[in-house]
Amino acid sequence: MSPMISIDNVSKWYGDFQVLTDCTTAVAKGEVVVVCGPSGSGKSTLIKCVNALEPFQKGSIIVDGISVGDPKTDLPKLRSRVGMVFQHFELFPHLSITDNLTIAQVKVLGRQPDEARDKGLKLLDRVGLAAHAAKYPGQLSGGQQQRVAIARALAMDPIAMLFDEPTSALDPEMINEVLDVMTQLAHEGMTMMCVTHEMGFARRVADRVIFMDRGMIIEDCAKDDFFGSPRSERAQQFLSKILQH
Amino acid sequence: MEFDFSQIGPSLPGLAEGMWLTLQLLALAVLGGVAIGTLIALARLSNNRLLSGLAKGYVNIFRSVPLLLVITWFYFAVPFLLRWITGSDTPVGAFASCLIAFMLFEAAYYSEIVRAGIQSISRGQIGAAYALGMTYAQAMRLVVLPQAFRKMTPLLLQQSIILFQDTSLVYAVGLMDFLNTARSRGDIAGQPHEFLLFAGFVYFVISFGASRLVKRLQQRLTV
Ligand SMILES: Nc1ncnc2c1ncn2[C@@H]1O[C@H](COP(=O)(O)OP(=O)(O)OP(=O)(O)O)[C@@H](O)[C@H]1O
Ligand SMILES: [Mg+2]
Repeated sequence: MSPMISIDNVSKWYGDFQVLTDCTTAVAKGEVVVVCGPSGSGKSTLIKCVNALEPFQKGSIIVDGISVGDPKTDLPKLRSRVGMVFQHFELFPHLSITDNLTIAQVKVLGRQPDEARDKGLKLLDRVGLAAHAAKYPGQLSGGQQQRVAIARALAMDPIAMLFDEPTSALDPEMINEVLDVMTQLAHEGMTMMCVTHEMGFARRVADRVIFMDRGMIIEDCAKDDFFGSPRSERAQQFLSKILQH
Repeated sequence: MEFDFSQIGPSLPGLAEGMWLTLQLLALAVLGGVAIGTLIALARLSNNRLLSGLAKGYVNIFRSVPLLLVITWFYFAVPFLLRWITGSDTPVGAFASCLIAFMLFEAAYYSEIVRAGIQSISRGQIGAAYALGMTYAQAMRLVVLPQAFRKMTPLLLQQSIILFQDTSLVYAVGLMDFLNTARSRGDIAGQPHEFLLFAGFVYFVISFGASRLVKRLQQRLTV
């Protein structure tokens, strides 16, 4: 079976600066892949290429059989099928939680408002926030906002979810509530690509770990191999530094 | 010098008519100016060099010429342009030509305010809108502009208070707005100075009151 996401020899430049160099990997349906690496190594850039939030100049990315780099591809439609969760939540502050959950269902997918509302509230309940439907994002804690953001992405019935450091802007006591939602999602069989430095989450939930450095994928292996004996020195250094904390 | 304000009372209905015209002109010019200004701001911020260049040129031109000139020029030019487009004589009154002049002139100023408003919205918001499958137009209409306008409302209102005063320039083409009405009534009544003083007082009270309200709104928005 062909993978849900396949990234093939992707390179990207900002002007003269090469951010990504020949990145190749794939994520199978139902697989959970954690992407880690030092700051500035290109992790965010790589996953933003997957849903075409960032263009790339070389190589190809295929999501569920559709080529992201093909100029003929309907990018809004492709993006509507891939969920994304951001470091800073990016809920829409001028809209209530309910409207945050329904706006894209109605305006992008063309669902009826009632149907969108039912779906949104069901997901809100699932992330444990049913009581907050009428509030505005500014009235919720960071952890709560991030859970709403996950529910908002799930409301689109995505075929895969991308996470870009979903817990790194959170106070420590709120990290677990978000990781729990992600863990549950993984157990339900969601295809996930997660940029995160939460190595506990990676150990428990990931199938594979990708380690990036200076725009290159240095390691791409099963979780146990990565934590057992990373081959590259850079990954070893990175792990020992991050596990000290 | 002795002032005699006795004729102002009897002239109030006529003056109110003038004020009504001023306010109509103001309201329509603000609506049109903000709408056009928003389009110019979007053009200015677009990746298309030609589009953003044209928008920049537009703003620079209108900000470098006196409003009075634009008003008089449009008064003479609009009928010409219309005949050129439609091929027949289409009479446009002074009101319509003034309105068009104000809209296009103010759009240059409004566009700068709206542009700053759009730029104050973080790129992450646009990213989130796109990630949900929104098109550029949807992301702007549903996510960016509502937030930008909320932030920019005080500045847009402030600019509109300036426009309220500037509407008096229509005397140049003989439109009977509030100031022009006051002038002509004052002449007829033989009390020109008193009528102008009264007009100035009315402009001051409205502008000052409105600007105090805007300040309060601004404070409420920043809390
Ligand atoms: N718009 C841009 N223009 C120029 N350079 C950029 C731009 N965005 C990112 N970069 C550079 O590209 C490199 C990779 O950035 P990226 O955000 O993908 O890193 P990252 O691995 O996600 O880092 P972090 O852990 O800090 O989030 C960095 O060196 C960054 O400075
Ligand atoms: Mg990043």
